[in-house]
Amino acid sequence: MSIIVNEDSKVVVQGITGNEGRFHTASMLQYGTKIVAGVTPGKGGQQIEGVPVYDTVSEAVTKHGANTSIIFVPARFTQSAAIEAIDADIKTLVVITEGLPQRDAIELVARANKKGDVNIIGPNCPGIINPPRKIKIGIMPNHIFRPGSVGIASRSGTLTYEITWHISHAGLGQSTCVGLGGDPIVGLDFIKILEMFKEDEETKGVVLIGEIGGNAEEMAAQYIAETNYPKPVVAYIAGRSAPPGKRMGHAGAIIMGNTGTASSKIEAFTKAGIPVAEKPSDITGLLNI
Amino acid sequence: MKLFEFEAKKILKDYGIRVPESDIATNPEEAEVITRKIGRPVVLKSQVLVSGRGKAGGIRFTADAAEAKQVASELLGSAIKGCRVTSLLIEEQLDVTVQFYASIAIDRQAKTYVVLASTNGGVDIEELAQTSPGKIARHWVDPTVGFGKPDAQAMLSRFSLNKNDNASFAAIISTLYKIAMDYDAEMVEVNPLAKTASGEFAADARIIIDDNALFRHPEFESRELERGEDTPREAEAKRQNLTYVDLDGDIGIIGNGAGLTMATLDLVNIFGGKPANFLDIGGGAPVEIIKQAVMLVTSKPEVKAVLINILGGITRCDLVAQGVVEGLNESTIRKPIAVRMMGTNEAEGIQILHQAGVHAYTNMEEAVAEIIKL
Repeated sequence: MSIIVNEDSKVVVQGITGNEGRFHTASMLQYGTKIVAGVTPGKGGQQIEGVPVYDTVSEAVTKHGANTSIIFVPARFTQSAAIEAIDADIKTLVVITEGLPQRDAIELVARANKKGDVNIIGPNCPGIINPPRKIKIGIMPNHIFRPGSVGIASRSGTLTYEITWHISHAGLGQSTCVGLGGDPIVGLDFIKILEMFKEDEETKGVVLIGEIGGNAEEMAAQYIAETNYPKPVVAYIAGRSAPPGKRMGHAGAIIMGNTGTASSKIEAFTKAGIPVAEKPSDITGLLNI
Repeated sequence: MKLFEFEAKKILKDYGIRVPESDIATNPEEAEVITRKIGRPVVLKSQVLVSGRGKAGGIRFTADAAEAKQVASELLGSAIKGCRVTSLLIEEQLDVTVQFYASIAIDRQAKTYVVLASTNGGVDIEELAQTSPGKIARHWVDPTVGFGKPDAQAMLSRFSLNKNDNASFAAIISTLYKIAMDYDAEMVEVNPLAKTASGEFAADARIIIDDNALFRHPEFESRELERGEDTPREAEAKRQNLTYVDLDGDIGIIGNGAGLTMATLDLVNIFGGKPANFLDIGGGAPVEIIKQAVMLVTSKPEVKAVLINILGGITRCDLVAQGVVEGLNESTIRKPIAVRMMGTNEAEGIQILHQAGVHAYTNMEEAVAEIIKL
């Protein structure tokens, strides 16, 4: 068992003919991901890295049984690309694109919820990787991951790689690592991933990597306390020294009024009995698995 | 992007919401002329993008044109919470009977828009939510359906408003939702919505447009750099497409990725230092961007030493090293620098740095500990 992706994940790359789409298609193939098709409207008939390119997602679904999509298209076309995938019965969408308007993200998430049984990861995320099964639907560097039993959910990209590196070096490795995205509105959140990790016997412990902005960490802490979560969880929060009212790189990393401070998140986790690492290197020591 | 009050009110007016008679003055003489034209006592409102400007002395009531001219000369050029006042909204004073509140905002947890309304307007809404949550009506919008006047009327039914007030308040709220959609706003707020003998007026208005949606609103996109929200260095960084925030310490920080860069600031603090800035070069940055980043941070007078933290995934360490060396060579002032570099083409990057005499580390905490000493 695993979460979100497995051996049956057949991936279509939307925006495969762009620089990023092409580069990461090669990297995902190298890792072992089953990429069955690419889509760029008007460029059907080409091959990229040996992958056939079509004009529409529905062709990729009918001809190759694609059930998972990774989206690299520019922000202004992302919503329609994602809706095309949902309408073509794609069940998991990984939206890499940064800069999606919040209105587009809100409408997209609502659309997916209405259809039901659709997972959206992102936008503005590094994707998902499952090292034991050698499946990567994302943009993370392959070499830092190793098979193991730690589940990671994170709002950040490179900070996740930093922490992953520490986990790999401690000899633990990862079961699945999900980059939730740095935007204010994202699809899957900490609670959804915690629910999935709970049922996943390959995951023995969970690392949550949060940051300032919003209250997703506070809600996760409440969920862990209320459900008496059965697996050890460790948290890290970036932005202890961030000033209020300033966007710290991510569109979602902003303290507004009293909402979204690092101290509020750290306090919530501590209250729920979840250790919060002060430094990225402290995480493995706190993870009691 | 925050709009000025007068910009927000112009949008409201375009959508048929009544606003007090007003005009913009940039000098005391204009303030006098506008006040005469309005022909009633006016209020002078500093057009600055900070909240709490009233308490900070940025809003003043005057009795006649002569006083308006005098007060305008005091306000113009002064600083309200650190923001220089360059224009005033000169507005007729209203005979207010009741103050309402209405806003459209984004609820990140619910992943949708939330409509807020209250018949206790004119106060801080966050405070009201704490002290009397029952006095606020909330409605979470189903974005696939939208939000119309009947929804607003149902929402307001908990307040004991008469039929006319309910209908007119509901019409305004549903219009605010339409404005939020049309302008890609993350916040549209009218506080207070002032009820007078002749109907409701938006006495104050706030609109924040989603920065990510500015491409759909070119009329604001082009002016974004001219606003008072950024420090001069932040504005310069934006022109160079760098994600930069000024802080008040003395250690310059450059990182790749928002989370890693924030974690770097936090580590510097934990080790007893004070970051001078936040600068995220993003993923896969080319040599030119890194060079500009190094020059921008090094040139800040308060910066005593610079720490660069790169975790190469799609970012190549050798290109970063090349950019760092070029940036240092073109900077007029040389400051101590430490680079942490790990990941794609790490060995090549460290080699380039060593040849240029720059310290390079693979461990982030070692680099931070070192920069504090420099």
